[in-house]
Amino acid sequence: MISIHSLEFHYRYGEFRLSVPEFRVTQCEKVAVIGPSGSGKTTLLNLIAGIFTPVSGTVSVDNTEVSALNDARRRDFRITNIGFVFQDFELLDYLNVLDNVVHPYRITRALTLDRSARERAVSLAERMDIGDKLTRFADDLSQGEKQRAAICRALLPHPKLILADEATGNLDPENKTVILDLLFQTVEEHDATLLAVTHDQELLKRFDRVIDFQDFRHRDAA
Amino acid sequence: MIDSLYIAWRYVRFNKIKTATLIACITLIAFLPLALQLLLDESERQLMSRAVSTPLLVGAKGSALDLVMNTLYFDDEVPESIAMMDADRVEESGLAFPIPVYARFRARDYRIVGTTLDYFDFRGLEIAAGRPLAIVGDAVLGAAVADRLGLKPGDALISSPENLFDLAGVYPLKMNVVGVLKKSHTSDDLAVFVDIKTAWIIEGLGHGHQDLIKSQDASVILKRTEKNVTANAKLRIYTEISKLNLDSFHFHGDDSKYRVTAVIALPNDTKSGTILRGRYISDGATNQILKPADVIDGLLQNIFRIKNVIDGVIFLVGIATVLAIVLVFALSLRLRQREIQTIFKLGCSRMTIAKLMGAEIFIIIVSSVVLCALMIAVVNHFSNDLVRMAFIR
Repeated sequence: MISIHSLEFHYRYGEFRLSVPEFRVTQCEKVAVIGPSGSGKTTLLNLIAGIFTPVSGTVSVDNTEVSALNDARRRDFRITNIGFVFQDFELLDYLNVLDNVVHPYRITRALTLDRSARERAVSLAERMDIGDKLTRFADDLSQGEKQRAAICRALLPHPKLILADEATGNLDPENKTVILDLLFQTVEEHDATLLAVTHDQELLKRFDRVIDFQDFRHRDAA
Repeated sequence: MIDSLYIAWRYVRFNKIKTATLIACITLIAFLPLALQLLLDESERQLMSRAVSTPLLVGAKGSALDLVMNTLYFDDEVPESIAMMDADRVEESGLAFPIPVYARFRARDYRIVGTTLDYFDFRGLEIAAGRPLAIVGDAVLGAAVADRLGLKPGDALISSPENLFDLAGVYPLKMNVVGVLKKSHTSDDLAVFVDIKTAWIIEGLGHGHQDLIKSQDASVILKRTEKNVTANAKLRIYTEISKLNLDSFHFHGDDSKYRVTAVIALPNDTKSGTILRGRYISDGATNQILKPADVIDGLLQNIFRIKNVIDGVIFLVGIATVLAIVLVFALSLRLRQREIQTIFKLGCSRMTIAKLMGAEIFIIIVSSVVLCALMIAVVNHFSNDLVRMAFIR
């Protein structure tokens, strides 16, 4: 699903350098990326999503070389093939839950917001146990409910790849487990691949594979 | 675009106070100069149309503006009066036709205008209900007066005393409303018209009382001689003119010396008007003759000079407001940087983000324009009355 080869990246300003000789994630795999702050985990997600382009090397997702696409195509590819789940949920406070879930459809022409998309959004929210909160605003939801809504938003366009950037970082232990269960369950149901950046050591055993990003050592999950 | 408008609509609805403040600022800054211009145009129209249709005005020397404003618009400032013989002098000149106007007294906040029937022909005033003035004590009401006071022919209207503490002054007269004028959209709508003699009765120059010669009540008589009968304070003075006591009303003294506030002079032609004006140009003249259009034109020039200053102030305030609005949007963009990053990460283009912001500005500006248009429509609808309240009376 993800294939990175001889990747070199640095920001225009600053000392940061990222070098990934080889990185692969197979379809339907659930992979955790760990590493200290500043090691480049989030940068890796942004490179895979096509938000950043590498200085050299290639990044391919589902056999599409993302790094070779132009800006407009990268955005279309991202919104149709990749679902983002953020640590701070990043729901828009002025939209209700349903509008937040269908928001990606309203900000791009690559997706069409029709009746089936709306029905899917409602059904997804019901499965996430927030079906009765569709008309509530983000500020009226609990942390767990916010992340459920954010996962609904990420999954609605049927992405092949879910990128989770510390998706459980702001949740209490009980909600962490529930949200991760829901995320895994829906990822499996959608035959999607999950690449999750996390600091939470307790959750690592639930992933198929864990990658320590600092020294880029690969190791199998216990 | 519909999606952008929808998202922008949700944003402006969620941030009601910020949106309302921005709309209020833009609306006010657009509304103020437009409304001011509208009211000035209407005031110019009202003032000039009436001034132009009144060729010449004779009155006591003094403030030309007070004379014109009182005679044409029945303004509060009452000019020095002149004698009725001044109207006769205009007629005797053979150069113009005089219409005396005595606009001094009031009835419940509305000016009582004592004049002759010629005034109605001159102004083209028509009776909507009832009949024209016929006898002393009759009153014909302007359309707005009848409407606001709820009066109709057959009702009565009492003149207001000039000074409540002047016991020897003008007594109120109960006038009979005999007619109501059609709406003319001029100051005539706000006047109570009476015959000039009725105005003199209100002034106390004419009065009616019980007949002392026929009176059987000896207690009323103070002194009776062959030629004269003197009554005491018990003598009943009529405060209402009716068919029964009409004959008892009479005037004392020379009516050519009775006062009027102005004489509208209608010259036979331009040449006659010029000659008539020439007769008032002398150092010793106690009266003046003037063209109301010239006076009003001077007044409007002053108003427009003030308007230019106000326009300048509004322009500066407008610039400050626009800068403040730009600052608000710039700060808003900064506050929403995280939101912008999020939707950008999701796959939104910079053009779409610009569209979202544009849609918000569009909604705010359209709302302001609609609100401003509604307010302008209201001002336009009431401009006639507003101008009278603000500029005329």
